[in-house]
Amino acid sequence: MADAVVETDVECRISEGDYVVLKRGDVYKSVQIDKKKKVIFEKQWIFLDGAVGELYGSTFEVDAGGKLGLRKASNTGNSTETKEAGLDNRHIVDDGKSQKLTRDDIESLKEQGLKGQEIIQQLIDNSTTFRDKTEFAQEKYIKKKKKKYESHITVLKPSTRILAMMYHGREPGKVCHLRYDTLAQLLTLGNIHAGSKIIVFETCAGLVLGSVMERMGGYGSVIQMYPGRGPVRAAMESFGFPSHFHDTLHEFPLCKVNAMLSGTLNLDEKDPDGQSDGRLGEQSASSRLSSGGSKEGSSESQSMEVCTQQARAKEVVQTEKLVKIEEKRRRLAAAAALLEGRNADGLVIASRFHPCPLLLGLLKFVAPSRPFVVYCQYREPLIECYTKLREQGGAINIRLTDTWVRHYQVLPNRTHPMLLMSGGGGYVLSGITVSAETVTLGARQNAAGEPAAKRIKRDEITSTSNSSA
Amino acid sequence: MSFVKYSEFVQEGDVVIIFIGHDSMMPIKVESGAQTQTRYGAIRHSSDLIGQKFGSKVTCSKGGWVYVLHPTPELWTVNLPHRTQILYTTDIANITLMLDLKPGSIVCESGTGSGSLSHAILRTIAPSGHLHTVEFHAQRAEKAAQEFRDHKVAHMVTVRNQDVCKEGFGVVGIADAVFLDIPSPWEAITHAKRAFKRKGGRLCSFSPCIEQVQRTCEVLLDQGFQEIHTLEVLQRMHDVRSVTLPLPDFGSEEGGLDSAKMIFDPPSEEVPSSANAGYPAVICRTATPPREMAGHTGYLTFASKPRD
Repeated sequence: MADAVVETDVECRISEGDYVVLKRGDVYKSVQIDKKKKVIFEKQWIFLDGAVGELYGSTFEVDAGGKLGLRKASNTGNSTETKEAGLDNRHIVDDGKSQKLTRDDIESLKEQGLKGQEIIQQLIDNSTTFRDKTEFAQEKYIKKKKKKYESHITVLKPSTRILAMMYHGREPGKVCHLRYDTLAQLLTLGNIHAGSKIIVFETCAGLVLGSVMERMGGYGSVIQMYPGRGPVRAAMESFGFPSHFHDTLHEFPLCKVNAMLSGTLNLDEKDPDGQSDGRLGEQSASSRLSSGGSKEGSSESQSMEVCTQQARAKEVVQTEKLVKIEEKRRRLAAAAALLEGRNADGLVIASRFHPCPLLLGLLKFVAPSRPFVVYCQYREPLIECYTKLREQGGAINIRLTDTWVRHYQVLPNRTHPMLLMSGGGGYVLSGITVSAETVTLGARQNAAGEPAAKRIKRDEITSTSNSSA
Repeated sequence: MSFVKYSEFVQEGDVVIIFIGHDSMMPIKVESGAQTQTRYGAIRHSSDLIGQKFGSKVTCSKGGWVYVLHPTPELWTVNLPHRTQILYTTDIANITLMLDLKPGSIVCESGTGSGSLSHAILRTIAPSGHLHTVEFHAQRAEKAAQEFRDHKVAHMVTVRNQDVCKEGFGVVGIADAVFLDIPSPWEAITHAKRAFKRKGGRLCSFSPCIEQVQRTCEVLLDQGFQEIHTLEVLQRMHDVRSVTLPLPDFGSEEGGLDSAKMIFDPPSEEVPSSANAGYPAVICRTATPPREMAGHTGYLTFASKPRD
């Protein structure tokens, strides 16, 4: 038991090269720990050297030079004790004169090296109205100032929860406005679990891919279908998975899906853009988010360019290219082998592409009695998916849903929903595949025809009742 | 078949889900020689189920057909025998994500109830994780344990019949996540705290009433929990259907308004007026909300237990 505790502590230490998430208040940023590298977070330059060797979950104070120092635990207590407080706000007048310190005064306090806590105390001492504010208002005032002047940063281990909230909060456009609770639905409705074979198509920077891989825990296989030249995996990289997770990840180009389905896939076929093939890795790396570890990728390609400058490097590059092409061919073959049996255990689609052709095409690779989930930021394309799927058969329990989420402020006698809430987190179409053979062969007329007839009848009834209402 | 691992064919002893039709399903335990009655007639386990591929069509004795499905925690949630109020998939999905559950997680849960959440937890933490679930109602605890055996997940779960508020989870210092769905969660927080690993973890408490949330949050704060967040999630259904919208008739007048032309990008289907009580109409493909939906399930309070 004691051994186990020590062991877990080792992996709880932050080390160089780790992908971590910085947290300040409700703001997150994903970075890779790189000594001597400047990171900008919340308009502040910081160096993460000080975090190396410390435990995950530690909170640091940022000093004037941007260096991290472990924050003393004793600071957590509320040192600014409220002595006097007003009963209500009838005497508070907003004339902009209540704070005696000017901007310049505050700046000079900062330059003197005063800590956030001390600056806030100064602000309180120099506020003419602080004492007249109600206890609640004082609390709120301190909270607001803390946010502005205290620079505490917590270093966290990445997880789906943290990264999903980070992307939704900072760069929703990069993840097709997929909200964390909607991602939660995808993973659960898709029955993503260890040991299964899951097909993923996403244009969410790799967040959906990463979250699927986290749920698989390095068991089973994931086939990432990708559009264009190469898969985008920036967010997946920032999960910082152990290397054996990457062995379970495969990729397959969308443009070869038809060939795969018709059995005409030629593995030796030269790519039209074969020249750029060797660069695939760098491309996906450099398209990483600024919040990801983008530096790593670009420095790699830089060092490669330096190589090419050298005299006999050309040959090396040539063989390297061949090796890469061969490697790519091998990976394509591996992915094709996984798809060939058409027995995937699940399908997850979350993209900016029209979901209908994606769903109908990729569903052919999924075994019967397996769940599929499709995310779309908009509702209408999923209505179309629903309609087409019902016509085509091969899927049951098809549902179009979205989720509504509301956060609460919970405080003694002041509990209420937050004043702002997310207006929408996208839509999800989910269902279960069933054996298509009976539907496509002899029984087609009965199978496809019967429920359809029923459906039309029901639609007619509902529409007449609608129009009469 | 197992709730944590897919298989291709139905075998003796499996629990399968029979999909009868729109929103109509039932779980069956497959036993050779047994029969199950459905509204389409009987299903004979030996000939109709055993050896069949999951997802295939099964013809019942009266000629109607059903599908035999591989069980998943989500199908189980809508098919399980209710012994208590249960958690549904929308909440479960968020609980799973917000508790950072993944393969290998050690989870403590109370109460077990009807096991709806337990199955979803087990699916996610398999193959190397473990669930310690505590239920103070002896019969419910026994029923749940039996289900875990039937569903071939018993090796990953320990069911304890005790009162979590008095006796805790029966384990100390091992949990990555703790989930509470009990009437007075605030009484179990100190036990929850002790169940966590030294490095800490995530806690969730599910309560239908805001007063429960209030008291729980106070204790959580008191006990040094951080990042305390309360939220509520609801699922909205969109029923896809075609609706027929009659077009108004403004009367015939040269150069006057033509309501058919006023619809931008008119849908292709136009219904002749004879079919719709004299009015021309258009068919519109849309999705409507159900007349009634679950408006409240419970508040989810999440918190992080920091390192000791």
